[in-house]
Amino acid sequence: MENAEENILEVKDLTIDFHTYAGTVKAIRDVSFHLKKGETLAIVGESGSGKTVTTKTVMGLLANNAEVVEGTVKFHGKDILKMSQKQLESIRGKDIAEIFQDPMTSLDPTMKIGKQIAEPLRVHKGYSREKANKQALEMLKLVGITNAEERINDYPHQFSGGMRQRIVIAIALVCYPEILIADEPTTALDVTIQAQILDLMKELQEKISTSIIFITHDLGVVAGMADRVAVMYAGKIVEYGTVDEIFYNPQHPYTWGLLNSMPTLDTAKGKLESIPGTPPDLLDPPAGDPFAARNPYAMKIDEQKEPPFFKVSDTHYAATWLLHPDAPHVEPPVEIKRRQEVYKQRLQAGTINQGHIHSTGNTRFGNDDDDAIGE
Amino acid sequence: MARYLAKRIFYLALTLFLIASITFFLMKLMPGTPLNNQAKLSPQQIKVIYEHYGLNKPVWQQYVNYILDAAHGNFGLSFQFSDQPVSYLISSRIGPSMQLGGQAMIVGVILGIFVGSLSAIRKNTWVDGTSTFISILGISIPSFVLAILLQYYLGLKLQLFPIADWGGFSYTVLPTLALAASPFAETSRFVRTEMVDVLGSDYIELARAKGLSRMGIVWHHALRNSLIPLVTVIGPLTAAIMTGSMVVENIFSVPGIGEQFVKSILVNDYPTIMGVTLLYSALLCAMLLLTDLVYGIIDPRIRITGKGE
Repeated sequence: MENAEENILEVKDLTIDFHTYAGTVKAIRDVSFHLKKGETLAIVGESGSGKTVTTKTVMGLLANNAEVVEGTVKFHGKDILKMSQKQLESIRGKDIAEIFQDPMTSLDPTMKIGKQIAEPLRVHKGYSREKANKQALEMLKLVGITNAEERINDYPHQFSGGMRQRIVIAIALVCYPEILIADEPTTALDVTIQAQILDLMKELQEKISTSIIFITHDLGVVAGMADRVAVMYAGKIVEYGTVDEIFYNPQHPYTWGLLNSMPTLDTAKGKLESIPGTPPDLLDPPAGDPFAARNPYAMKIDEQKEPPFFKVSDTHYAATWLLHPDAPHVEPPVEIKRRQEVYKQRLQAGTINQGHIHSTGNTRFGNDDDDAIGE
Repeated sequence: MARYLAKRIFYLALTLFLIASITFFLMKLMPGTPLNNQAKLSPQQIKVIYEHYGLNKPVWQQYVNYILDAAHGNFGLSFQFSDQPVSYLISSRIGPSMQLGGQAMIVGVILGIFVGSLSAIRKNTWVDGTSTFISILGISIPSFVLAILLQYYLGLKLQLFPIADWGGFSYTVLPTLALAASPFAETSRFVRTEMVDVLGSDYIELARAKGLSRMGIVWHHALRNSLIPLVTVIGPLTAAIMTGSMVVENIFSVPGIGEQFVKSILVNDYPTIMGVTLLYSALLCAMLLLTDLVYGIIDPRIRITGKGE
């Protein structure tokens, strides 16, 4: 794997159970991933695949009925799972910040937005009210709110959904966090606004050189945002690699299914592809590969034994028995074959990105001084 | 804002007029007369008394006279207290009731907010269970039982406070506690339910993600948002408690208005009944108006705009 030194976040063998009245839900099983400085990692998967639980763990914000059975979440080498509430509070909002899905409900309706943006500065940096407000105003301008001087004293209900998401981004970035977790930040917005918010996130990522964990179920969004992609299914990561590797040389049948169901301009009229069936019940996950029941390429071993990760390249791994040397060769769907053709051509042309991070990552705004934006 | 206020005050006056009218006719339908020794009086004497108070005129004329007088601030003379003006009767007795009611509301609501919040923060623990139990006791124990228990234990056994009568502040402690039980219980249940909701909302999650401490979240974000619906309940509750509780005032021999009201009904003291009813109604209407204004202060989303929309 990559050089451990530059990984600011390392999640290893994370396994989380939720204790509910219905029984124990095995929400996350053996999840491992890492995040490098300045990169964007997309975690993709359908609802209930464990994306959000994973990020809640990184934030130290798991629900009370969650139990970490195994694993470590190391931030700069220190295990978040072993930290006290106080230590977690000092990291949250300062070093690791989060943007939520629904901007309509994630702002306090009775507090002026300026005060909400200034709050992390007051808590983490002990700024005076004036100093915090001044920096909040700069942040508000940075996220593109026009008339910021007046609007800083407005309440959330006076803003549209897109504007509110900009404000939420301002709150998340006001302390220049090292990691920004964006949990489906554009799902609740309409498409034109989505593009604006994504552009804004990319722009700010370069300005303050933050790493982003981008949670989404929308592969279209991933292509433009991410450096690397991890595909999650039923609480497990089933494939991960660079964005080019996942989009043009996918190996796991589930990834095939996802890419195949993405409508393109060439999609024949009237017919949208889908993955048949539903995800397994995590109260009682099946033995073997959890995707086996929905997998047209499933073999006998898929129902008996969970596949390990097979290496495709230095940066690309997939957990499917199809990659085993003894496995029969299967024909992927037409769309996937088309993509793999593109991959071969680009590989020859040398335009495939294998692990290189898009953004340069060190064009930090001004210097490391906290007041770089403020004054 | 001014237009909005003017409109509300006009409606307030209209409401009071309707209440006065309805009460007036209902009162006339009550059995009995204002005379307590009618059997011993000659028809001649009764006629003289009726003429003195204007009771010999047709009911509609009495009604018109009363409304006109009331509009000018004259609420008539009490029958039972040798011609004392009703306004004097009320003003001399409203003081203790208002004081007790005010104290009870302050104690009950503050304690209720505190216990309710604690209950919500420690949801489904023994803290929550205990405070729920206490609140249910507060709602279900009749005030006279509580009053007598307080008199017996705090007054008689421990000799901490005077058992009854009306003197300095120490005399107000026991009746205040007896009256505070119901606003306390209501407030704490209300705040708990509301705050459990609020603590599960996205903006609280965001506040946690900001790195705020648990207390910081409750204090800066949860409390204010939980109090919005409480305001609706507190207004009418305040009016009800400030105007005196007949039971509590009787038990503690408090010279308040609640006790007076019941007596007036028993002896058909028409002007006093009317006067006290109007006072209650006015207070209630004023509280409702105040509630709407306070709403705007707490919740920016329903702030009244300059155009009075």
